[in-house]
This record gives sequence, C-alpha cells and structure tokens, in this order.
Amino acid sequence: MSCCCNSGVDERKEQLAKIARKYKTTKGALIKVLHEAQELYGYLPVEAQEIISKNLGVPMTEIYGVITFYGQFSLKEKGKYQISVCMGTACYVKGSSLLLEKLKERLSIEVGNCTEDKKFSLEACRCIGACGLAPVLTVNKDVHGRLLPEDVDRILALYE
Amino acid sequence: MKTAEQLEQIRQATLARINLRKATSNSVVEVVQDNRAHVMICAGTGCTSSNSEAIIKEFNDKIVFHGLEERITIVKCGCLGLCAQGPVVIIYPENCLYKTVKVSDVVDIVEQHLLRGKKVGRIFGGNLNDVASETEISKFFSKQLRIALRNCGLINPESIDEYIAFDGYKALAKALFTMSPAKVIEEVFASGLRGRGGSGFPTGKKWSFAASSADSDKFVLCNADEGDPGAFMDRSVLEGDPHALIEAMIIAGYAICAHEGYVYVRIEYPIALERLNIALEQARNYGLLGDNIMGSGFSFNLSVRLGAGAFVCGEETALIASIEGGRGMPRPRPPFPAIQGLWKKPTLINNVETFANIPNIVLRGSSWYSSFGTEKSRGTKVFAVGGKINNTGLVEIPMGTTLREVIYDIGGGIPNGKAFKAAQTGGPSGGCIPAALLDTPMDYDSLIAIGSMMGSGGLIVMDEDTCMVDIAKFFLEFTVEESCGKCPPCRIGIKRMLEILERITSGEGQPGDIEKLQELAEVIKSTALCGLGQTAPNPVLSTLRYFRHEYEEHITMKKCAAKVCKKLIKYRIAADLCKSCGLCAKFCPVGAISGDRKTGHIINTHKCVRCGVCTGKCPMQAIGIS
Repeated sequence: MSCCCNSGVDERKEQLAKIARKYKTTKGALIKVLHEAQELYGYLPVEAQEIISKNLGVPMTEIYGVITFYGQFSLKEKGKYQISVCMGTACYVKGSSLLLEKLKERLSIEVGNCTEDKKFSLEACRCIGACGLAPVLTVNKDVHGRLLPEDVDRILALYE
Repeated sequence: MKTAEQLEQIRQATLARINLRKATSNSVVEVVQDNRAHVMICAGTGCTSSNSEAIIKEFNDKIVFHGLEERITIVKCGCLGLCAQGPVVIIYPENCLYKTVKVSDVVDIVEQHLLRGKKVGRIFGGNLNDVASETEISKFFSKQLRIALRNCGLINPESIDEYIAFDGYKALAKALFTMSPAKVIEEVFASGLRGRGGSGFPTGKKWSFAASSADSDKFVLCNADEGDPGAFMDRSVLEGDPHALIEAMIIAGYAICAHEGYVYVRIEYPIALERLNIALEQARNYGLLGDNIMGSGFSFNLSVRLGAGAFVCGEETALIASIEGGRGMPRPRPPFPAIQGLWKKPTLINNVETFANIPNIVLRGSSWYSSFGTEKSRGTKVFAVGGKINNTGLVEIPMGTTLREVIYDIGGGIPNGKAFKAAQTGGPSGGCIPAALLDTPMDYDSLIAIGSMMGSGGLIVMDEDTCMVDIAKFFLEFTVEESCGKCPPCRIGIKRMLEILERITSGEGQPGDIEKLQELAEVIKSTALCGLGQTAPNPVLSTLRYFRHEYEEHITMKKCAAKVCKKLIKYRIAADLCKSCGLCAKFCPVGAISGDRKTGHIINTHKCVRCGVCTGKCPMQAIGIS
C-alpha cells in the first residue's frame, strides 16, 4: 500500500514493470526497455535496473554491463537541461573544444556531471550529423549551431 | 493496396498533382501561369536547427492570409545539400532557390515572388536547372549526380504517395512480378555497386552469399548506425526519403528469401527515426509490408532497433550483438553474417546509402547504373563535406570526380583566404589527402593507394591553421574511448599510441617516438579483432606519411607551427602596441597577467592556461601567439 506522497514514484515503478513485462517475449528487447526506463526516470537508478531485471528476466550483471557499454545510458542523474557539445570531426576542426572549455568554466562542472541545483548537466557527445552548422551543441532537443565561445552566455540565458 | 495496378493508380493521381516539380522551366521571373506553385522548405536536421519549422508555419499563415491555399502548396522536404546556406527554400515550377531564409523573409517571397513573379534578390541563390552559368548554385550542383539522394528536396518524406508518384515501389513491383530472386541478385552484381558504408565489398556478391544458404529463417539488416564523426549521408536519406530504404530492403528480402528485417538506427538521430517510423507505418497500411505484398505471395516485415551510443556498433557483428540485446562487441569472422548472423541465422547487412541505390538499379537496370563512375567503382557516392570549406553540406558525385573538383568547384574553396592543407576521408578509420594529391579521383582503389579510404563519406577539409598531429590525436582519443575492450591489440595498443601522441603534443616527445608509433600501428592493424582496431592507426600512419615534418618539429623543436597544441604555444603581449589598459589582466581567469602603466603588461607563461580570452579583450590587438 503506497502512501499518497509517494504515488508519483510508485507510478513510475509500475509503469516500468509494465513496459518490461510487455517486452518479455521479444528477443533482444533489453536496450529498448532501457531507453524507455531512461525516458521515465531521466537516468537509470538501481531501482529501475531491479524492476527491469525482475520483469524482463535478465540478470542484474547483464543489465549493468549493457548500461555501462553504451554512451547514451546514464547511471548518474542528469540536469533539467542536458547540454551536449558535439565533438565530431567537423565541429572539432571548427573549435568545439573551446566551447566545451567555456561551458565547464561557466557552469563550474566537469564533463559528465550536473550542476548542484540539478539545472544543467554537461556532456561531450558523438557527432549528431549537423556538420553544416559546426560547431554545434544541443540543449535537450534544441540544436544550436555556428557558435563561438562568446555565445555560451547567450545560450545559457535562454534556459534561465 | 492489394495489387500493383492499385500502386499505379496512386502514382498517376499523385503525379498529376506534383509533376510541376519536375518541370524544366528555367525562368525565375515567370509568373505562376496556371496559378500553381509548390514551395519546398528543407526540414533536415541542419535547416530545422536553423528554424525552418517556423518558416514553414509562416508560409502557411501567409498563404491563408492571402487566400492562396488552392493555388500554392507548402511542402517540407529533405536535404538538398546546401547546408551552409540554410534554411533553403525552393519554388517550383521555376526551380528557384532561396538561401539563408529567415522568418521575416517569408512575406517578401509570398508577396513579391509568388504573387507578382519578382524574385527577392537579397536571398535569391539561383536556379536549380541552371548548370552552365558561373553562379554559386550552378557550380554547386553542376558536377553532382543525385541517385541515392534523388528524392531529397523533391518530395515530402512524410508522404508515401509522393514517393510513389516519382516511381516509388515500382522497382519492387518489377522485382516481385517480373524477376526471379536470382535475376535481382544478378542485376545488383552487374551494376558494380559496392558497399557504401566503407567496406566497398561488392553488394551483389554479399547478396548471393546470403541467398545461397538453405536456412528458411534469414534476416535483412540495415546499418543506420552512422557513427563516423562528420558523416551525415545516411541521416539525410532517412530524413528525406525513408521509403527508398524500405523499398530496397523488401527487394533484398525477396532476393535472398528473407521475411524479416530490422533497421538499426543510432539514437542520436531523432528526426530520422521519426520519419522512418512514419514511413514504416504508411508502408504497412498500404500492404507494402506484411503478408502477401501486392498479391505476389511474398511476405516481409520490417521494424526499427535503436542504438544507444556506441561507435563500434557500426561494425556488422557488433551491430548484430546489439540487436540481440547485449553489449555491442564484435565477433570473429568467419563465420560471416551471411552464413551465421543475427541469432545465428543467415543475415544480409547493408548500409543505408547502399540500399538507397537499389530501387534505381532494379528499375532502370544495371547497365544504366554502371554507366556512371569508374571501371572498378561504379555509380555515385554521397559525401558529407565539412570543416574549413565554404559550401559545407551534402554532395553526390560520380565516382572518379577528383578531390580538387569537390573542394573548389562544388565546395566553393577554403574560407577567409586560407590555404588548403588536407582533406580527411574515412573518419577515424581513414587518412588525410594533402594538397599535392588534390587531383586524386574519389574512388575506392585510388583512395586506398594513397593511404586513405572512401569510408562512409565524411570529408573533412582542413586549412593551414590545423595541426595534423593534433588531428591524429583527436581520432585516437575517439577510437580509444569507443574501443569495446575485447582484444588486447586494440584495448591496449591504441591506448599506448594515444599516450605517445599526448606526450608529443605536450612538448614531451622523444626521439624514437615516431618509430614506436609505426611499429605499434603495424602490429595493431594485423592483429586486432575487428575493423575499429584494425583501422584505428590509419590517421596516424597517414599523417606521418604526408606531414612527418610536423611530428619532427613537435618532438625535436617543441614547436607547433599551426599554433594549436596548447603546451607548445605561448601568448605574448607586444610591448610596442600595449597601452597598459589592464583589460587583459582583468579578464584572465588565472591571474597570469601583470603590469602597470610604466612597465606595460606581460604574461607569465607558467601560469597561463592558453585559454585565449586576453586576445579577444585587447583593444590594441597587442596579444598574439608565438
């Protein structure tokens, strides 16, 4: 019996269990289920892994192995706004590493981490294929291109 | 849709509506005679990021405002390739292209061009049919030949009817009703098509291997895990013409007798995924996927599997392991996937661009296709051109076109008057091509002969401000991070190579480092388990071959001529220009600048972290790199 102040959290657990059960008979469904779990939780906490393990019938070690193999899955909580700086070749040649340095400095966090207020998290990502606009960064689903380090403050201000 | 005749009916009906897009009219001033125009707005990732969705909405609003809904059709389309000039808008039937369009330009395009037939000069880019003139648009398109990209920019990718109108699914009907599976494979083989994902393996041969297995359970897979940084050819096909892929995979299934297929799409492509899913649903609704396709008796099901951010999953056996739900770790070959692939069943796996060529090969015949390109590299190749080049974007050229033509004729040359230094092809598996080899034809064998490779099509242009040692290090950082860790040559070997490069670029290079790099490279190339490890040393070998002097300068003189490697450069304030305003000291994040009005300002090079902020702040431009 769940108390009402936890009802949001319990809903997620039940939703995830339902998703995992739905895919139990689909071969190779683990990655799909992990994507949906991450959509639900924002990242992949142990609690989510346990639900998947139990309902999909996959051992925890295997789940952990898959999560840590793929760059998109995160064991760490992400910020409300996830900033990803593209480090593909075209963006690199056009100075994306300078963008990344400026962001690290402005947010006072290292790559892979989240600000204390959980507002922004910072990643260096693989090429997203918008090379015509290099250098590029994304904030959640928004793509910002043709950037200089001076543009960082303006971009962050959009998400105040 | 139950029969091929019904397909034909849809084709005729839709063609009547959209045929004006293929009119050969050239005039940009021609008033829309029968009051019909189609306004195509690019909705690929690049232009969408530059607000093309808002432009589409503005067009729709203005068309309604002027009561033109019956006469003007607003259509979102796929990538025409002129990404540097996006957002791009094309008006048919006059084939007129507008570039760098903003929302505020829409009112002028509607009121001046559509209503009064007057082009809007400030954003007019040229005429798509104009191949003879010296305009930028003409030079961009005149040497291109769009086969894989034929529909991108011409149709709404979310409309199966528009795909059908321009001969979509006609090749499938031809294959199912007039060709045996063996005949289909024969045509693909005779076309000379080679794998466009990078391997260059003859596609027809791969299909015949998969067909030859007697197993009744087979799979057709599409490798849409376009992981090479700087490559977006496959993304553009998926976003601009997803049905081309679907049609090709059904044909492949028919040819090898497989009834199930998966498209493995990288998760970093949300627009491509959305368009592909819409197209799959449409194909299912039309009975083009599922049981008894068009009454032929052949059944085929196709669905999507998602990547999760692992470059190595672009390698076919790793991709298969990923679809099976596990870590994407490659397997030794043999057995090859055609014999033992997904869930140990015979599996045909091809790249998106390879598949995109199939419908035309089947419909128009192998002789038509093999009339383009060179003897050993038939057809065309799509390149994603990026880096230090004016016309960054997507191009499709006949094989054999030279690099010089791609960079200077199509690409518009190097911006800011800088000198071309090298072009990198093949991504982290490839190599660089220096200025002396600009006349190299772009085909599989010529590129291998000079120490590079075709790769998937990423072409990164570098100028005099690029440090080639830094570039080699960049690629190795990538492959070290993406290595799956299974085999020691890759897991340990390329890491040792990276460590040597890190020392060299930090001023700690030692005599013997180059020889060590070469020795490691040879061992790793011949012993690594999969293509990632086997080709990871290529950028190092290639830059050593053509830019050895840069390595030697870094090692013996501790010098980076391109002024890129931070530990080898020093920021200096020119005393004769410095006015001691103190702005640089104020903004220096580490307090490395000191001085006063009497002595002028100087930078403490030990404290300096080479962030470069001071150069931007100095009003006298007195700070530079030495």
